[in-house]
Amino acid sequence: MESKINEYREALLKTLKEIAYPLVAIFISFIAGGILVYSFGKNPVVAYTALIKGSMGDWNKIGETLVTVTPLILTGLSIAFGFRCGLFNIGVEGQFIIGTIAAVWAGWAFTGLPGILHVTLTLIIGSLAGGLWASVIGLLKAKVGSHEVINGIMMNYIAMYLSNYIVMTFLNVPEKAYSVAIADTAKLWRFSQAFSQFNHSRLNIGIIFSLIVALVAYYILNKTVRGYEIRTVGFNPYAAEYGGISVKRNIVLAMVISGIFAGFAGAIMTTGVQYRVNNLFGFTGYGLDGIAVALVGNNHPIGVILSALLFGILQKGGPFMQIQGIPKEVVGIIQGIIILFVAANFVKVIVENMKQNRELKKITAKEEIE
Amino acid sequence: MPAVIEMKGIGKSFPGIRANDDINFTLEQGEIHVLLGENGAGKSTLMNILYGLYQPDEGQIYIKGKPVRIINPNTAISHGIGMVHQHFMLVQPFTVTENIILGKEPSKGTALDLEKAIMDVEEISKRYELKVDPRAVVQDISVGMQQRVEILKTLYRGAEILILDEPTAVLTPQEIEELGVTLKSLVNQGKSIILITHKLKEVISMSDRVTIIRRGKVVDTLNTKDTNIDELAEKMVGRKVSFTVEKQAAKVDTPVLEIKGLKVLDSRKLEVVKGVDLQVHGGEILGIAGVDGNGQSDLVNAITGLAKAETGEILIDGKEITNLTPKEIIESGVGHIPEDRHKRGLVLPFSLAENAILGSHYSSRFRRGLGLSYQKIREYCRKLIKEYDIRTPNEKVLARSLSGGNQQKLIVAREIDRDPSLCIASQPTRGLDVGAIEFVHKKLVELRDEGKAVLLVSLELDEVMALSDRIAVMYDGRIVSILDAKDATEKKLGIMMAGGSIQGAV
Amino acid sequence: MEGIGILTVLGIIITASIRSATPLIFASLGGNFSERSGVFNIGLEGIMTIGAFSAVYFSFKTGSPWAGLFGAMVMGGLFGLLLAFLSIYFKANQVIVGTAINILAASLTTFLLVEIWGRPGQTDNVEYFKAWGPFNLFSYLAFAMVVVAYYVMYKTPFGLRLRAVGEHPRAADTLGVNVYVTRYICVTISGILAGIGGASLSIGSLSLFKEGMIAGKGFISLAALIFGKWNPVGAALACLFFGFADAIQTIATNLPVPKEFLYALPYIMTMFAVSGFVGRSVGPAAGGIPYEKGEK
Repeated sequence: MESKINEYREALLKTLKEIAYPLVAIFISFIAGGILVYSFGKNPVVAYTALIKGSMGDWNKIGETLVTVTPLILTGLSIAFGFRCGLFNIGVEGQFIIGTIAAVWAGWAFTGLPGILHVTLTLIIGSLAGGLWASVIGLLKAKVGSHEVINGIMMNYIAMYLSNYIVMTFLNVPEKAYSVAIADTAKLWRFSQAFSQFNHSRLNIGIIFSLIVALVAYYILNKTVRGYEIRTVGFNPYAAEYGGISVKRNIVLAMVISGIFAGFAGAIMTTGVQYRVNNLFGFTGYGLDGIAVALVGNNHPIGVILSALLFGILQKGGPFMQIQGIPKEVVGIIQGIIILFVAANFVKVIVENMKQNRELKKITAKEEIE
Repeated sequence: MPAVIEMKGIGKSFPGIRANDDINFTLEQGEIHVLLGENGAGKSTLMNILYGLYQPDEGQIYIKGKPVRIINPNTAISHGIGMVHQHFMLVQPFTVTENIILGKEPSKGTALDLEKAIMDVEEISKRYELKVDPRAVVQDISVGMQQRVEILKTLYRGAEILILDEPTAVLTPQEIEELGVTLKSLVNQGKSIILITHKLKEVISMSDRVTIIRRGKVVDTLNTKDTNIDELAEKMVGRKVSFTVEKQAAKVDTPVLEIKGLKVLDSRKLEVVKGVDLQVHGGEILGIAGVDGNGQSDLVNAITGLAKAETGEILIDGKEITNLTPKEIIESGVGHIPEDRHKRGLVLPFSLAENAILGSHYSSRFRRGLGLSYQKIREYCRKLIKEYDIRTPNEKVLARSLSGGNQQKLIVAREIDRDPSLCIASQPTRGLDVGAIEFVHKKLVELRDEGKAVLLVSLELDEVMALSDRIAVMYDGRIVSILDAKDATEKKLGIMMAGGSIQGAV
Repeated sequence: MEGIGILTVLGIIITASIRSATPLIFASLGGNFSERSGVFNIGLEGIMTIGAFSAVYFSFKTGSPWAGLFGAMVMGGLFGLLLAFLSIYFKANQVIVGTAINILAASLTTFLLVEIWGRPGQTDNVEYFKAWGPFNLFSYLAFAMVVVAYYVMYKTPFGLRLRAVGEHPRAADTLGVNVYVTRYICVTISGILAGIGGASLSIGSLSLFKEGMIAGKGFISLAALIFGKWNPVGAALACLFFGFADAIQTIATNLPVPKEFLYALPYIMTMFAVSGFVGRSVGPAAGGIPYEKGEK
């Protein structure tokens, strides 16, 4: 029993260490954002208070924030999982879109099923569609070695056009620029159905699902043989090959799992929030945001949850800053700064330089004494 | 006349290590002076300081009696210092000429004057009798010519002082002799030479003076003719060194590894293993001797499944393993101590525990329920740490924080503990200190005494001769000869490693 | 299509292809310098966005499209320098840094768009480069840049050094070539070129900046670079090919193919190109790996 407690404590400490650097980066970025707001002649405290109140001021607002957070957790997990295998799954956006369109089809086509079955089927189909879409990228990388970043971006565009095509033809509502809606039996349970505090929010059970998926992702990565193999391939594919691990198989597997998470995010968006898919004029943004979320969360499932929460607050609170006279695009810039800091391992590099200088001083000091 | 180079009181530290400590070193005009020391002793650091790649923390350098500050290679080059590095610094897709002129290109207006460059290269090639093909692409030329290109690079820039870092690692004994002749010829043309090496025989045969460095400090500077190999070894290591490995006669059993007609292609579809037949029996150590790049690595990769066998058969205990996956080959009883421990043998960002199970990570003994039991994994690693005396605070530290010797011990522990029928050891003691080398040798002999088969591949001829029961020489992708260890002499092996044959040689 | 001669149709297709290829050529040449020196520049898309916006902004402020072009070059160069700084000094993962720059560029331009013109979506019309003959300034400039780039890369000492730095930086270092400075220069050049590429989209064919107008062209340029085997002339030809795929959309509205397929065509072809279905290509050996002095 004692060792079990120790194991949990170790895991907690390790998690904290991994999210420490991003936390500092976030802190610095908020200060930078505050300076930016001040330079526009506005009060940073007012701005940030508006941010918090706008995103979490009452139950409905919290609900709507969590609605935004849900897909961010999943797309963030998608990217994080890919990174653990050394892959940059920038194609998350496309896999998300494919998830939405597959879910809308499944939600609309399979009528007459009991609710739980229909919802489950729809979510599964959406997720698998995302996984399938991602598998193309994985197979191309494994078989031919072509870069997943370029292929991912290309497939994002292809997914968008494919979705539009389906929305405007097969699943079209005549004269409209959106698709048919899913049947009621495919809709996710909403919190407003039981709690009147959420009456004006679309908060649904998807948030619970996404948290569960995060824990599942953590378990897979850190506690299973598959996860060990994926991480080994991510850190050192040569050693993986030497140790009998199939690099190609794990690349495809990691991409598929990653795509499943992204497709799941799209499916939840369709079955929990939108109920139909629109003709897109540009990307949804959940994919790109997922990259930011994963980066700031340091590719750790727990970090991703916290990071998604942060970005949800930023996005939902933005418009309320607007009311206070502060342009909501400041949020976008804060996001950009956070990402740059984290991307540059800014904090890590500075800390390590400081450590190295200290060590050098110690050694030369020792020599002088001797 | 003042010394050509004098380095006084040189000190240099890196995080965690004092690489050079109050070093005094002089180079006289027209001499060949060896810097002798083990791996990691600090010789390369000292010469990198002389060449301007590093800055010293303390000390002063004098060239012909004048104090100088060498802030980068350009300054060193302008003072007439040229350096030939241990690992060749050649841009593979460029031609010989482009490599030689890089950084000092002749130009016509804004454009490169390649024709003049080729003429210049031909001229110095002739003057110093270093034969190269100016238009050849470096990727395609021999190792010997590559080394000549490296030397020409320094001479093209007017080097009067040449530093050669471990120049003989890639040469056969005969090529080493030729290098010695080249160096004497350069000295006769007025050059002064510093050789960095840890090979005692070359010190005796090639140098005028030798400075021994140990753990960053100068131990002594001697005239070569006044000393001998044993004295040098003792000074280099700090204690008496025995050059033999204690072992009893081999008790040879049935063949464990059988290779028949193996051919392997490289990435350009050229044959690098050209039809090899080989057998390793239980209870013996078969050593493969050869100069780097003659197919040994490809042979090992084919056996372990890391490279494709184009034709031929490989059998373990009678079972065919040709072109099976690495996983299946491991399961067939093959252990592999890889030649590059950082690339293949370890996942540096992983803990020791996670590295300890690499290769057997899917085994049921590490499982609990659906997933892995880290408790069992760590217990296993602790066992290995204890049995193999791996110096580490615990099994949770990251592999990258261990010293090279302890990293190798972990790999050896992991591979041997799996109780393989065949253990392949590829450069198992590269970069290790003497203590670690003795340990690894002991473990390999133990394996062999237990009746296992050991295939040793090493570029260190001394190691091959000390450990092996039988020795196979590999040249140009073929096994040219297999001898009993007691019949092998360095001269015989050297001739065969260079592609010659031994009719009546002693 | 009755009554229009084959030659005329061909002429239309070729000129449309060249026009579509122009922004790609600039970005691709930029990527060429960067990657040949060993730094992946995935941020071309973002820098093109910055270039497109800056061109409109400076033209708006001064009433002169030349100022716009100059502004695009300066801003593009600055962002290239930023990418260089993060990749070289901080040794950050170049793909992540490039993506971060893309995200930042999108946020920044949206923010400034709203700040300056008071509404999201797109800017007002500004002074732009009208066409001289069938093409505007940018297409002629692109052609000239290809020649200049080829000359610099293969016929000058600087070009030899930058290629050495991308293949074997340590070898160059030991011969006194400054790896860091060379890379800074090359990545900044790539920023300047990408900036011009962005400008060619906003004040070359249109006269305004629209959110999302770059539409992945930065990435298609990278594909063209790989397709063209990291060689300026090869990359330019590949860009023409992609320009052709793009141009088809605007011409072939009568084809019995859904329009979404035509929109997707350039992206599909890029995938084919990058996946080696049209010839394998091997990039600079030291590409994407930050250089550490003193590594063994």
